[in-house]
Amino acid sequence: MKTRRASLLPMAFIGPAALVMAAVTLYPILYGIGMAFTDFSVRNLRHQDPHFVGLANFWAILGGSDALGISFPRILGFNLLWTVVNLAFHVSLGVGLAMLLDRPGLRGSRLYRAALILPWAVPTYVTSLTWRNMFDAQSGAVNLLLASWGIQGPDWFAHFGTAFAAVLTTNIWLGFPFMMMVTSAGLKAIPRETQEAAALDGASAWQRFRHVTLPQLRPTLVPAILMGFIWTFNQFNVLYFVGKGEPLGQTEILVTQAYRFVDPLGLYGTASAFALIIFVILLGFTLLQLRLTRAVEER
Amino acid sequence: MNTRKGGFASLIGLLGAHLGLAAASLFALFPVMWVVAMALDKGSEAHPTSLRLWPAQPSLDAFRQVLAHPTEIEGIRFADLALNSLLLAGGTAVACIALGACAAYAFSRFNFPGRRAGLVGFMVLQLFPPVASMAPLFVLLSSLHLRTSLVGLALAYASGTLPFAIWNLKGTFDTVPRELEEAAVMDGCGPFRTFLQVVLPLAAPGLAVTTLFGFMAGWTEIVLAWTFLEDPRTFTLSMALYNMVGQYGTTRPWSEFAALSLLLSLPVVVTMLLLQRFIVSGLTAGSVKG
Repeated sequence: MKTRRASLLPMAFIGPAALVMAAVTLYPILYGIGMAFTDFSVRNLRHQDPHFVGLANFWAILGGSDALGISFPRILGFNLLWTVVNLAFHVSLGVGLAMLLDRPGLRGSRLYRAALILPWAVPTYVTSLTWRNMFDAQSGAVNLLLASWGIQGPDWFAHFGTAFAAVLTTNIWLGFPFMMMVTSAGLKAIPRETQEAAALDGASAWQRFRHVTLPQLRPTLVPAILMGFIWTFNQFNVLYFVGKGEPLGQTEILVTQAYRFVDPLGLYGTASAFALIIFVILLGFTLLQLRLTRAVEER
Repeated sequence: MNTRKGGFASLIGLLGAHLGLAAASLFALFPVMWVVAMALDKGSEAHPTSLRLWPAQPSLDAFRQVLAHPTEIEGIRFADLALNSLLLAGGTAVACIALGACAAYAFSRFNFPGRRAGLVGFMVLQLFPPVASMAPLFVLLSSLHLRTSLVGLALAYASGTLPFAIWNLKGTFDTVPRELEEAAVMDGCGPFRTFLQVVLPLAAPGLAVTTLFGFMAGWTEIVLAWTFLEDPRTFTLSMALYNMVGQYGTTRPWSEFAALSLLLSLPVVVTMLLLQRFIVSGLTAGSVKG
């Protein structure tokens, strides 16, 4: 009696969620995996059954044929560049500002903190539309600001370099506060005495940061960076609404490119295959990161 | 203890700290001030021709325009759009919290067959990019004739937010001490009453954060809504905002875009700022536990 009750009780708690998730999360994903091996497109929405095409979608995406007009290695390369450069800015700015805010005897730190976390609280979607307008060549705030200094601002989305600068600025703006907040929380947990002891031993400010503070921040920072990696890698809103792939699809990342196959192209089979490839890449990164963090912890 | 040299160095350091923080604060505030100034400016021009971070002639005209005519479509009132957004966001939040809390509690407290597989499954599910379920959901909901309805869209939102909600809440429940439940059971409390009256109140911060995430997901979502919905009567506020920019909205002045941006963001910004401490600690705690 007791054992039966013990195994039924968890089911009562999980049951509803499990049913809903099986229907709305698991089934669509399994269905999508199946679709990835078919030529499912707009015309199949009504009644026609799609044809099984084997690995043709994957082959077309990964560069076996020119049918889709994209270069997968190029998009993946840009996606990685985008992620790494963003994280470098997020972490250095976030940690730097948190260290400045933590300075003993600093007046107005509450005011600074309030201003600095504001970007984090704004919905990413609104942020993205706003920054697209900010970088408008004629009426955008950035070029108007440059004009007031006598500088003729560029047409930001006409060239890869300036377009990359624009999407990067947007994402740095919305991403650094989180790293700053995480670091601030981590700094609170570090006893100040270790800093003071190092200072007494004659360590310079940089040495104290590098050898005393940073190692103690690691347990807080590492998970935040891992999360930030996935978020930034899949940052749809900024690249879709600010970059729009301009110029010529050069600021497209994997998730925005995959979405183009859903809308406007209506190639659902290709889109599913693309999403599956993204999943495999992320799974690879995650397993690699798990192994790396485990290695760090064991040391 | 401070030598004169140390005092001078720390003064320079303090000055540098102020400079760095002030520069970063300007960067953070610049777009916000620009949008607020645009929304409050009476200016008659469609697009700004000079940089203003303070309205020249303060007025609420842009807000009045947006409230009266949120879109170009005839007969669609602001209240309809707001109600659709609220229903979607509220529905997603309720699904997240009601289903998510129960499932997360089971994962946190009970040992049952399939527990490990379930937990690994949630991790793996979160690695699927949202676009992975977009194409199949489009097809499946189309065949059920649900795709263009708010119900179908709410199902799609729940699909994306539930795994995260369960994962996040499990992290919260893990931090609630078991002794309290054991005491409640000793006092003759049943498992469901223990859950509702002992555990849930202690997990309030985590529940609040998860509710907020579910709400945000529905409130500011645009891509699925834009792709799935067709009938203007089901449109949302964030769709109205998208309607005002880019190739769709050349006729609307930017002041109205700014006003609607503020109306859409304000509830979220205020709640995020109020809950900030819980959000940051919850996110990092959940991921460390694993």
